[in-house]
Amino acid sequence: MDILSIIQQLGSGMITSIEIFFLTLVFALPLGLLIAFGRMSKIKIVQWIFKAYISIMRGTPLMLQLLVVYFGPYYLFEIKIAKWYRMVAVIIGFVLNYAAYFAEIYRAGIEAIPKGQYEAAKMLGYTKTQTFFKIIFPQVVKRILPPVTNETITLVKDTSLAFVIAVTEMFTLAKQIAANEASMVPFVAAGIFYYVFNLLVALVMEKFEKKLDYYR
Amino acid sequence: MNLLEMNHVSKTFDGLEVLKDISIQVKEGEVVSIIGPSGSGKSTILRCATMLETIDSGELTYLGRKAAWNEGGKAVYAAHNELKEIHRYYGLVFQNFNLFPHFNVLKNIIDAPVSVLKVPKEQAITEARELLKKLGLGDKEDYYPHQLSGGQQQRVSIARALALKPKILFFDEPTSALDPELTTEVLKVIKELAKEHMTMIIVTHEMQFAKEVSERIIFMENGYIQEEGTPEDIFNSENTRVKEFIGKLESR
Repeated sequence: MDILSIIQQLGSGMITSIEIFFLTLVFALPLGLLIAFGRMSKIKIVQWIFKAYISIMRGTPLMLQLLVVYFGPYYLFEIKIAKWYRMVAVIIGFVLNYAAYFAEIYRAGIEAIPKGQYEAAKMLGYTKTQTFFKIIFPQVVKRILPPVTNETITLVKDTSLAFVIAVTEMFTLAKQIAANEASMVPFVAAGIFYYVFNLLVALVMEKFEKKLDYYR
Repeated sequence: MNLLEMNHVSKTFDGLEVLKDISIQVKEGEVVSIIGPSGSGKSTILRCATMLETIDSGELTYLGRKAAWNEGGKAVYAAHNELKEIHRYYGLVFQNFNLFPHFNVLKNIIDAPVSVLKVPKEQAITEARELLKKLGLGDKEDYYPHQLSGGQQQRVSIARALALKPKILFFDEPTSALDPELTTEVLKVIKELAKEHMTMIIVTHEMQFAKEVSERIIFMENGYIQEEGTPEDIFNSENTRVKEFIGKLESR
Protein backbone atom coordinates (compact mmCIF):
# COMPACT_ATOMS: atom_id res chain seq x y z
CA MET A 1 0.00 0.00 0.00
CA ASP A 2 1.63 3.22 -1.08
CA ILE A 3 1.60 6.47 0.84
CA LEU A 4 -0.59 8.30 -1.69
CA SER A 5 -3.50 5.91 -1.35
CA ILE A 6 -3.11 6.06 2.40
CA ILE A 7 -3.30 9.84 2.31
CA GLN A 8 -6.39 9.47 0.15
CA GLN A 9 -8.00 7.20 2.72
CA LEU A 10 -7.07 9.61 5.48
CA GLY A 11 -8.65 12.50 3.54
CA SER A 12 -12.10 12.52 5.17
CA GLY A 13 -10.46 12.36 8.59
CA MET A 14 -8.22 15.28 7.72
CA ILE A 15 -11.26 17.35 6.83
CA THR A 16 -12.81 16.53 10.21
CA SER A 17 -9.55 17.49 11.99
CA ILE A 18 -9.41 20.76 10.08
CA GLU A 19 -13.06 21.44 10.91
CA ILE A 20 -12.45 20.89 14.61
CA PHE A 21 -9.44 23.19 14.41
CA PHE A 22 -11.16 26.11 12.71
CA LEU A 23 -14.46 25.93 14.56
CA THR A 24 -12.61 25.83 17.88
CA LEU A 25 -10.57 28.91 17.00
CA VAL A 26 -13.55 30.85 15.66
CA PHE A 27 -15.53 30.38 18.87
CA ALA A 28 -12.80 30.08 21.50
CA LEU A 29 -10.92 33.27 20.59
CA PRO A 30 -13.87 35.64 21.23
CA LEU A 31 -15.22 33.56 24.12
CA GLY A 32 -11.77 33.70 25.71
CA LEU A 33 -11.89 37.49 25.68
CA LEU A 34 -15.26 37.46 27.45
CA ILE A 35 -13.95 35.02 30.03
CA ALA A 36 -10.90 37.23 30.52
CA PHE A 37 -13.26 40.17 31.25
CA GLY A 38 -15.09 38.00 33.76
CA ARG A 39 -11.83 36.94 35.35
CA MET A 40 -10.76 40.59 35.67
CA SER A 41 -14.16 41.80 36.89
CA LYS A 42 -14.20 44.16 39.84
CA ILE A 43 -17.12 42.19 41.26
CA LYS A 44 -15.51 39.57 43.48
CA ILE A 45 -18.09 36.85 42.96
CA VAL A 46 -17.90 37.14 39.15
CA GLN A 47 -14.13 37.09 39.33
CA TRP A 48 -14.28 34.02 41.55
CA ILE A 49 -16.65 32.14 39.23
CA PHE A 50 -14.42 32.67 36.21
CA LYS A 51 -11.31 31.86 38.18
CA ALA A 52 -12.89 28.55 39.17
CA TYR A 53 -13.97 27.91 35.59
CA ILE A 54 -10.46 28.45 34.25
CA SER A 55 -8.99 26.34 37.03
CA ILE A 56 -11.25 23.38 36.23
CA MET A 57 -10.73 23.64 32.47
CA ARG A 58 -6.98 23.72 32.87
CA GLY A 59 -6.84 21.25 35.71
CA THR A 60 -8.69 18.33 34.11
CA PRO A 61 -7.93 16.47 30.88
CA LEU A 62 -9.60 17.65 27.70
CA MET A 63 -10.43 14.00 26.99
CA LEU A 64 -12.48 13.81 30.18
CA GLN A 65 -14.18 17.12 29.38
CA LEU A 66 -15.22 15.79 25.98
CA LEU A 67 -16.77 12.74 27.62
CA VAL A 68 -18.67 14.93 30.08
CA VAL A 69 -20.02 17.17 27.32
CA TYR A 70 -21.04 14.20 25.23
CA PHE A 71 -22.56 11.93 27.87
CA GLY A 72 -23.59 14.65 30.33
CA PRO A 73 -26.99 15.40 28.79
CA TYR A 74 -27.94 11.71 28.99
CA TYR A 75 -26.75 11.03 32.52
CA LEU A 76 -27.97 14.32 33.95
CA PHE A 77 -31.24 14.85 32.06
CA GLU A 78 -31.79 11.50 30.36
CA ILE A 79 -31.77 13.19 26.98
CA LYS A 80 -31.25 10.69 24.22
CA ILE A 81 -27.98 11.43 22.45
CA ALA A 82 -28.52 12.06 18.75
CA LYS A 83 -25.86 11.08 16.26
CA TRP A 84 -25.26 14.64 15.06
CA TYR A 85 -24.41 15.59 18.62
CA ARG A 86 -21.02 13.87 18.46
CA MET A 87 -19.35 16.54 16.40
CA VAL A 88 -21.23 19.30 18.25
CA ALA A 89 -20.02 17.89 21.57
CA VAL A 90 -16.45 17.86 20.27
CA ILE A 91 -16.68 21.51 19.28
CA ILE A 92 -18.35 22.53 22.56
CA GLY A 93 -15.72 20.65 24.56
CA PHE A 94 -12.81 22.10 22.62
CA VAL A 95 -14.20 25.64 22.69
CA LEU A 96 -14.86 25.57 26.45
CA ASN A 97 -11.38 24.22 27.09
CA TYR A 98 -9.43 26.45 24.71
CA ALA A 99 -11.35 29.59 25.68
CA ALA A 100 -10.05 29.12 29.23
CA TYR A 101 -6.45 29.05 28.02
CA PHE A 102 -7.02 31.99 25.66
CA ALA A 103 -8.65 33.93 28.52
CA GLU A 104 -5.46 33.71 30.55
CA ILE A 105 -3.40 34.78 27.54
CA TYR A 106 -5.68 37.78 27.00
CA ARG A 107 -5.49 38.64 30.69
CA ALA A 108 -1.70 38.58 30.66
CA GLY A 109 -1.73 40.78 27.56
CA ILE A 110 -4.22 43.26 28.95
CA GLU A 111 -2.42 43.53 32.27
CA ALA A 112 0.89 44.16 30.51
CA ILE A 113 -0.38 47.39 28.93
CA PRO A 114 1.06 50.34 30.90
CA LYS A 115 -1.38 52.29 33.05
CA GLY A 116 -0.28 55.43 31.22
CA GLN A 117 -2.13 54.30 28.10
CA TYR A 118 -5.43 54.28 30.00
CA GLU A 119 -4.64 57.61 31.62
CA ALA A 120 -3.74 59.24 28.31
CA ALA A 121 -6.96 57.92 26.77
CA LYS A 122 -8.97 59.22 29.72
CA MET A 123 -7.32 62.63 29.41
CA LEU A 124 -8.26 62.78 25.74
CA GLY A 125 -11.89 62.00 26.55
CA TYR A 126 -12.20 58.51 25.09
CA THR A 127 -15.03 56.43 26.52
CA LYS A 128 -14.13 53.15 28.21
CA THR A 129 -15.26 51.15 25.17
CA GLN A 130 -13.27 53.36 22.78
CA THR A 131 -10.25 53.10 25.05
CA PHE A 132 -10.38 49.33 25.02
CA PHE A 133 -11.01 48.74 21.35
CA LYS A 134 -8.97 51.61 19.86
CA ILE A 135 -6.07 51.89 22.26
CA ILE A 136 -5.67 48.78 24.39
CA PHE A 137 -6.84 45.80 22.35
CA PRO A 138 -4.64 46.39 19.26
CA GLN A 139 -1.60 46.50 21.53
CA VAL A 140 -2.78 43.38 23.36
CA VAL A 141 -3.05 41.47 20.07
CA LYS A 142 0.55 42.26 19.24
CA ARG A 143 1.76 41.10 22.62
CA ILE A 144 -0.20 37.86 22.75
CA LEU A 145 0.57 36.53 19.28
CA PRO A 146 3.47 34.27 20.39
CA PRO A 147 1.51 32.51 23.18
CA VAL A 148 -1.56 32.29 20.93
CA THR A 149 0.60 30.59 18.28
CA ASN A 150 1.70 28.09 20.90
CA GLU A 151 -1.85 27.32 21.90
CA THR A 152 -2.98 27.06 18.29
CA ILE A 153 -0.25 24.53 17.51
CA THR A 154 -1.29 22.48 20.53
CA LEU A 155 -4.85 22.61 19.22
CA VAL A 156 -3.82 21.04 15.91
CA LYS A 157 -2.40 18.06 17.77
CA ASP A 158 -5.26 17.92 20.28
CA THR A 159 -7.82 17.39 17.50
CA SER A 160 -6.88 13.71 17.72
CA LEU A 161 -8.67 13.58 21.09
CA ALA A 162 -12.02 13.68 19.29
CA PHE A 163 -11.71 9.90 18.90
CA VAL A 164 -12.77 9.51 22.52
CA ILE A 165 -16.40 10.16 21.54
CA ALA A 166 -16.00 8.31 18.25
CA VAL A 167 -15.64 11.25 15.92
CA THR A 168 -13.43 9.85 13.18
CA GLU A 169 -10.84 12.51 12.74
CA MET A 170 -7.63 11.80 10.88
CA PHE A 171 -5.73 9.94 13.58
CA THR A 172 -8.60 7.51 14.22
CA LEU A 173 -8.45 6.52 10.56
CA ALA A 174 -4.67 6.21 10.66
CA LYS A 175 -4.93 3.76 13.55
CA GLN A 176 -7.60 1.70 11.76
CA ILE A 177 -5.61 1.49 8.56
CA ALA A 178 -2.42 0.68 10.43
CA ALA A 179 -4.18 -2.17 12.22
CA ASN A 180 -5.78 -3.55 9.06
CA GLU A 181 -2.62 -3.37 6.95
CA ALA A 182 -0.19 -4.15 9.78
CA SER A 183 1.86 -1.17 8.61
CA MET A 184 3.55 1.82 10.15
CA VAL A 185 3.09 3.92 7.02
CA PRO A 186 -0.29 5.40 8.09
CA PHE A 187 1.35 6.73 11.24
CA VAL A 188 4.12 8.30 9.21
CA ALA A 189 1.47 9.90 6.99
CA ALA A 190 -0.37 11.14 10.09
CA GLY A 191 2.84 12.61 11.48
CA ILE A 192 3.49 14.40 8.22
CA PHE A 193 -0.07 15.76 8.20
CA TYR A 194 0.25 17.26 11.69
CA TYR A 195 3.68 18.62 10.97
CA VAL A 196 2.71 20.32 7.72
CA PHE A 197 -0.48 21.67 9.27
CA ASN A 198 1.52 23.20 12.10
CA LEU A 199 4.13 24.54 9.74
CA LEU A 200 1.34 26.41 7.98
CA VAL A 201 -0.06 27.66 11.28
CA ALA A 202 3.39 28.91 12.29
CA LEU A 203 3.87 30.61 8.93
CA VAL A 204 0.53 32.38 9.07
CA MET A 205 1.13 33.54 12.63
CA GLU A 206 4.58 34.76 11.68
CA LYS A 207 2.95 36.80 8.91
CA PHE A 208 0.65 38.39 11.49
CA GLU A 209 3.58 39.15 13.74
CA LYS A 210 5.50 40.75 10.87
CA LYS A 211 2.45 42.79 9.97
CA LEU A 212 2.36 44.23 13.47
CA ASP A 213 6.07 44.89 13.43
CA TYR A 214 5.60 48.50 12.35
CA TYR A 215 5.43 49.71 15.94
CA ARG A 216 6.94 48.87 19.26
CA MET B 1 -13.55 84.43 37.19
CA ASN B 2 -10.76 81.98 37.89
CA LEU B 3 -10.20 79.33 35.28
CA LEU B 4 -9.17 76.80 37.90
CA GLU B 5 -9.92 76.80 41.57
CA MET B 6 -8.84 74.15 44.02
CA ASN B 7 -10.02 74.97 47.50
CA HIS B 8 -8.92 73.18 50.66
CA VAL B 9 -8.14 69.99 48.80
CA SER B 10 -6.94 67.00 50.81
CA LYS B 11 -5.91 63.62 49.56
CA THR B 12 -4.82 60.51 51.43
CA PHE B 13 -3.17 57.41 49.99
CA ASP B 14 -3.30 54.39 52.29
CA GLY B 15 -3.43 56.50 55.41
CA LEU B 16 -0.68 58.83 54.20
CA GLU B 17 -1.82 62.40 53.71
CA VAL B 18 -0.20 63.53 50.46
CA LEU B 19 -2.17 66.75 49.99
CA LYS B 20 -3.08 68.84 53.00
CA ASP B 21 -5.53 71.69 52.60
CA ILE B 22 -4.25 72.77 49.20
CA SER B 23 -5.76 75.87 47.60
CA ILE B 24 -4.72 77.07 44.17
CA GLN B 25 -6.37 79.66 41.95
CA VAL B 26 -5.37 80.15 38.34
CA LYS B 27 -6.61 82.92 36.09
CA GLU B 28 -6.94 82.68 32.35
CA GLY B 29 -3.58 83.25 30.64
CA GLU B 30 -1.54 82.60 33.77
CA VAL B 31 1.49 80.33 33.86
CA VAL B 32 2.10 78.71 37.25
CA SER B 33 4.98 76.41 38.13
CA ILE B 34 4.93 73.97 40.99
CA ILE B 35 8.33 73.05 42.42
CA GLY B 36 9.47 71.05 45.38
CA PRO B 37 11.24 67.84 46.37
CA SER B 38 10.11 64.40 45.18
CA GLY B 39 7.16 63.05 47.12
CA SER B 40 6.01 66.52 48.11
CA GLY B 41 2.65 66.06 46.36
CA LYS B 42 3.29 68.13 43.22
CA SER B 43 2.21 65.48 40.75
CA THR B 44 -0.71 64.49 42.95
CA ILE B 45 -2.07 68.03 42.64
CA LEU B 46 -2.13 67.64 38.86
CA ARG B 47 -3.63 64.17 39.09
CA CYS B 48 -6.38 65.49 41.34
CA ALA B 49 -6.98 68.57 39.19
CA THR B 50 -7.30 66.38 36.09
CA MET B 51 -9.43 63.84 37.95
CA LEU B 52 -7.06 60.95 37.44
CA GLU B 53 -7.33 60.74 41.22
CA THR B 54 -10.32 61.66 43.33
CA ILE B 55 -9.94 64.11 46.17
CA ASP B 56 -11.01 63.21 49.71
CA SER B 57 -12.26 66.64 50.62
CA GLY B 58 -12.26 70.13 49.21
CA GLU B 59 -13.52 71.77 46.08
CA LEU B 60 -12.52 71.62 42.43
CA THR B 61 -13.93 74.20 40.03
CA TYR B 62 -13.29 75.07 36.38
CA LEU B 63 -14.68 78.41 35.16
CA GLY B 64 -17.21 78.41 37.94
CA ARG B 65 -18.44 74.92 37.13
CA LYS B 66 -18.08 72.67 40.11
CA ALA B 67 -16.47 69.31 39.47
CA ALA B 68 -16.23 68.42 43.15
CA TRP B 69 -17.35 69.99 46.40
CA ASN B 70 -17.68 69.18 50.07
CA GLU B 71 -20.77 67.51 51.42
CA GLY B 72 -20.68 66.50 55.04
CA GLY B 73 -16.90 66.91 55.17
CA LYS B 74 -16.27 64.69 52.16
CA ALA B 75 -15.81 65.56 48.52
CA VAL B 76 -18.58 64.56 46.13
CA TYR B 77 -18.28 64.74 42.38
CA ALA B 78 -20.65 66.15 39.77
CA ALA B 79 -22.69 63.85 37.53
CA HIS B 80 -20.97 61.97 34.73
CA ASN B 81 -22.14 64.26 31.91
CA GLU B 82 -21.16 67.42 33.74
CA LEU B 83 -17.71 65.98 34.44
CA LYS B 84 -17.35 65.06 30.79
CA GLU B 85 -17.97 68.66 29.78
CA ILE B 86 -15.68 70.07 32.45
CA HIS B 87 -13.08 67.59 31.23
CA ARG B 88 -12.89 69.46 27.93
CA TYR B 89 -11.47 72.52 29.66
CA TYR B 90 -8.14 70.89 30.41
CA GLY B 91 -5.41 68.68 29.01
CA LEU B 92 -2.44 66.92 30.58
CA VAL B 93 1.05 66.29 29.28
CA PHE B 94 2.67 63.30 30.97
CA GLN B 95 6.24 62.76 32.07
CA ASN B 96 6.44 59.58 29.95
CA PHE B 97 4.51 61.04 26.99
CA ASN B 98 2.11 58.07 26.86
CA LEU B 99 1.72 58.33 23.13
CA PHE B 100 -0.22 55.52 21.49
CA PRO B 101 2.53 53.34 19.97
CA HIS B 102 0.32 51.78 17.29
CA PHE B 103 -0.77 55.14 15.88
CA ASN B 104 1.52 57.29 13.78
CA VAL B 105 2.13 60.90 14.78
CA LEU B 106 -0.78 62.30 12.79
CA LYS B 107 -3.23 59.71 14.07
CA ASN B 108 -2.06 60.25 17.65
CA ILE B 109 -3.08 63.88 17.25
CA ILE B 110 -6.29 63.65 15.22
CA ASP B 111 -7.88 60.54 16.66
CA ALA B 112 -9.29 62.14 19.80
CA PRO B 113 -10.66 65.25 18.02
CA VAL B 114 -12.28 63.02 15.40
CA SER B 115 -13.63 60.21 17.56
CA VAL B 116 -14.33 62.13 20.76
CA LEU B 117 -15.21 65.67 19.66
CA LYS B 118 -16.54 64.56 16.24
CA VAL B 119 -14.43 67.14 14.40
CA PRO B 120 -14.53 66.41 10.63
CA LYS B 121 -11.43 64.40 9.71
CA GLU B 122 -10.21 66.83 7.04
CA GLN B 123 -10.38 69.73 9.47
CA ALA B 124 -8.62 67.73 12.18
CA ILE B 125 -5.82 66.86 9.78
CA THR B 126 -5.36 70.48 8.68
CA GLU B 127 -5.23 71.64 12.29
CA ALA B 128 -2.88 68.83 13.29
CA ARG B 129 -0.47 69.74 10.49
CA GLU B 130 -0.45 73.35 11.61
CA LEU B 131 0.33 72.25 15.15
CA LEU B 132 3.10 69.92 13.99
CA LYS B 133 4.65 72.68 11.94
CA LYS B 134 4.50 75.05 14.86
CA LEU B 135 6.20 72.51 17.14
CA GLY B 136 8.93 71.83 14.57
CA LEU B 137 7.62 68.39 13.60
CA GLY B 138 6.29 69.24 10.15
CA ASP B 139 8.08 66.33 8.50
CA LYS B 140 7.21 63.72 11.13
CA GLU B 141 3.51 63.04 10.68
CA ASP B 142 4.01 59.53 9.26
CA TYR B 143 6.47 58.44 11.92
CA TYR B 144 5.59 56.08 14.72
CA PRO B 145 6.44 57.11 18.29
CA HIS B 146 9.30 54.59 18.62
CA GLN B 147 11.03 56.20 15.64
CA LEU B 148 11.22 59.56 17.40
CA SER B 149 13.54 60.93 20.06
CA GLY B 150 12.15 61.56 23.54
CA GLY B 151 12.01 65.28 22.87
CA GLN B 152 10.10 64.75 19.66
CA GLN B 153 7.72 62.35 21.37
CA GLN B 154 7.04 64.88 24.09
CA ARG B 155 6.35 67.56 21.52
CA VAL B 156 3.91 65.22 19.76
CA SER B 157 2.18 64.63 23.07
CA ILE B 158 1.92 68.39 23.56
CA ALA B 159 0.42 68.66 20.08
CA ARG B 160 -2.00 65.86 20.93
CA ALA B 161 -3.17 67.72 24.02
CA LEU B 162 -3.42 71.04 22.16
CA ALA B 163 -5.46 69.50 19.35
CA LEU B 164 -8.42 69.29 21.73
CA LYS B 165 -8.11 73.04 22.37
CA PRO B 166 -8.05 72.96 26.15
CA LYS B 167 -8.37 76.16 28.12
CA ILE B 168 -5.70 75.03 30.53
CA LEU B 169 -2.82 72.64 30.04
CA PHE B 170 -1.13 70.74 32.86
CA PHE B 171 2.44 69.50 32.51
CA ASP B 172 3.61 66.75 34.83
CA GLU B 173 7.43 66.95 34.86
CA PRO B 174 7.47 67.16 31.06
CA THR B 175 11.25 66.96 30.78
CA SER B 176 12.17 64.53 33.56
CA ALA B 177 12.54 61.63 31.13
CA LEU B 178 14.75 63.64 28.75
CA ASP B 179 18.46 64.42 28.54
CA PRO B 180 19.50 68.10 28.76
CA GLU B 181 19.64 68.64 25.01
CA LEU B 182 16.14 67.28 24.44
CA THR B 183 14.91 69.13 27.51
CA THR B 184 15.78 72.42 25.85
CA GLU B 185 13.67 71.75 22.78
CA VAL B 186 10.63 70.84 24.86
CA LEU B 187 11.03 73.84 27.17
CA LYS B 188 11.27 76.06 24.11
CA VAL B 189 7.87 74.85 22.96
CA ILE B 190 6.34 75.51 26.38
CA LYS B 191 7.85 79.00 26.40
CA GLU B 192 6.26 79.63 22.99
CA LEU B 193 2.90 78.60 24.40
CA ALA B 194 3.42 80.92 27.35
CA LYS B 195 4.00 83.80 24.94
CA GLU B 196 0.66 83.01 23.33
CA HIS B 197 -0.92 83.24 26.81
CA MET B 198 -1.85 79.61 27.05
CA THR B 199 -2.90 78.93 30.62
CA MET B 200 -0.53 76.37 32.07
CA ILE B 201 0.37 74.67 35.31
CA ILE B 202 3.78 73.07 35.16
CA VAL B 203 5.30 70.68 37.65
CA THR B 204 9.02 70.89 37.03
CA HIS B 205 12.52 70.53 38.42
CA GLU B 206 13.93 73.03 35.91
CA MET B 207 14.44 76.03 38.15
CA GLN B 208 15.77 78.42 35.53
CA PHE B 209 12.89 77.57 33.25
CA ALA B 210 10.31 78.00 36.03
CA LYS B 211 11.81 81.38 36.79
CA GLU B 212 11.62 82.51 33.17
CA VAL B 213 8.28 81.19 32.17
CA SER B 214 6.03 81.55 35.20
CA GLU B 215 4.08 84.41 36.62
CA ARG B 216 3.78 82.50 39.82
CA ILE B 217 5.71 79.71 41.51
CA ILE B 218 4.34 77.40 44.18
CA PHE B 219 6.82 75.62 46.44
CA MET B 220 5.51 72.41 47.91
CA GLU B 221 6.79 70.17 50.64
CA ASN B 222 5.22 67.34 52.64
CA GLY B 223 1.84 67.89 51.04
CA TYR B 224 1.66 71.57 51.95
CA ILE B 225 2.09 74.69 49.90
CA GLN B 226 5.06 76.13 51.79
CA GLU B 227 5.41 79.27 49.77
CA GLU B 228 3.76 80.90 46.80
CA GLY B 229 4.72 84.02 44.91
CA THR B 230 6.32 85.61 41.87
CA PRO B 231 9.60 84.06 40.71
CA GLU B 232 11.40 86.97 42.43
CA ASP B 233 9.63 86.24 45.72
CA ILE B 234 10.53 82.57 45.58
CA PHE B 235 14.11 82.99 44.46
CA ASN B 236 14.74 85.63 47.14
CA SER B 237 12.76 83.79 49.77
CA GLU B 238 13.83 83.90 53.41
CA ASN B 239 12.26 80.48 54.01
CA THR B 240 15.20 78.19 54.73
CA ARG B 241 13.66 75.13 53.03
CA VAL B 242 12.94 77.09 49.85
CA LYS B 243 16.44 78.52 49.92
CA GLU B 244 17.99 75.11 50.46
CA PHE B 245 15.98 73.48 47.71
CA ILE B 246 16.61 76.16 45.10
CA GLY B 247 20.25 76.45 46.11
CA LYS B 248 20.82 72.72 45.71
CA LEU B 249 19.23 72.59 42.28
CA GLU B 250 20.90 75.72 40.97
CA SER B 251 24.37 74.68 42.04
CA ARG B 252 24.12 71.42 40.06
